[in-house]
Amino acid sequence: MLSPQKTLDTYYLEARRDLLEVAAMLDRYDQAVKRDGEKAENESKRFSLLKAMEILSKPDHPSANRAEQLLNHFSEIS
Amino acid sequence: MQIIQPHYHAIARTAQDYERMAMSGVVAVCEPAFWAGFDRRHPETFIDYFAQISEFEPTRAAEFGIRHYCWVAVNPKEAENRELTQEVLKQMPEFLEKPTCLGVGETGLHKSTANEIESLQAHVELAMKHDQLVLIHTPHLSDKAHGTKTVLEVLAGMDVNPDKIWIDHVEEQTIEPVLDAGYWAGMTLYPVTKCSPRRAVDILEKYPRERLLVNSSADWGPSDPFTLQESIVEFRRRGHSLQDAVEIYHNNPCRFLGQNPKWDIKPITISE
Repeated sequence: MLSPQKTLDTYYLEARRDLLEVAAMLDRYDQAVKRDGEKAENESKRFSLLKAMEILSKPDHPSANRAEQLLNHFSEIS
Repeated sequence: MQIIQPHYHAIARTAQDYERMAMSGVVAVCEPAFWAGFDRRHPETFIDYFAQISEFEPTRAAEFGIRHYCWVAVNPKEAENRELTQEVLKQMPEFLEKPTCLGVGETGLHKSTANEIESLQAHVELAMKHDQLVLIHTPHLSDKAHGTKTVLEVLAGMDVNPDKIWIDHVEEQTIEPVLDAGYWAGMTLYPVTKCSPRRAVDILEKYPRERLLVNSSADWGPSDPFTLQESIVEFRRRGHSLQDAVEIYHNNPCRFLGQNPKWDIKPITISE
């Protein structure tokens, strides 16, 4: 098992990359809205991602079940 | 589709990579001199390295029908050794005369130290004196914004021709000042630590493309020559035409590198 520091050091850059991909995807959506002059008919997927980030940004998760919470959250999107 | 890989560290890769690149349409690769993963101690080691990338590597690429070009420089990490840098700089003009050498690179900054800045200035001066193209590396990760700003400040204080300078590894936070200053901007696509294929296409959709280059770099670390092809697929998937893809992934490198008469691959037009 990895120590707390080793855990951060091992996975930080990959997590950074994944967050940048999410940021870029949201920017891509905004650019598309700007280009087409209208939002998507159904924005539920966008709101779902924003809600997921809210879940991640909660200050503490003593039971360490963020992934489970996100899966439960995403299961509400069809 | 014909593809040019403008930044590729071939000596760190296998013949199988050449073969697969050839099968995917790569017609030419350009190999800047870079860091070997350890700091070299002797100028002679650089000279042998320059001979390898200017004499031997073109023969290895030719086995697969790929043209191989190179650049020579002391990379920013080793520029901390001032004595070594000065010795290598003295011998670089000999390699600038090689038939496949396109210019001075990759020079640039890593931690933006005084010695690195001195080396960058010396490399750019040498390039301008010999009417050469310049390839400038910008720092990684948290050092990137500050390092890119410093590169631009150093260049602003020198007598340079921006048409002949390619500032590489730009991302969303650094591309604007590079293009605004009139330089060519390169996006390097890495699996983790630099730009990604999708983000590169976002940038291609947002900014004027006339001075944009896309490359995989691909070296001995976590990297992949085929991130370049991934970005082409992403670009096409979004509905851009084959000719638009050719303009970015083949013709733009031809336009920039073609400023050196040794580069004889011409821009192409596809009839669909």
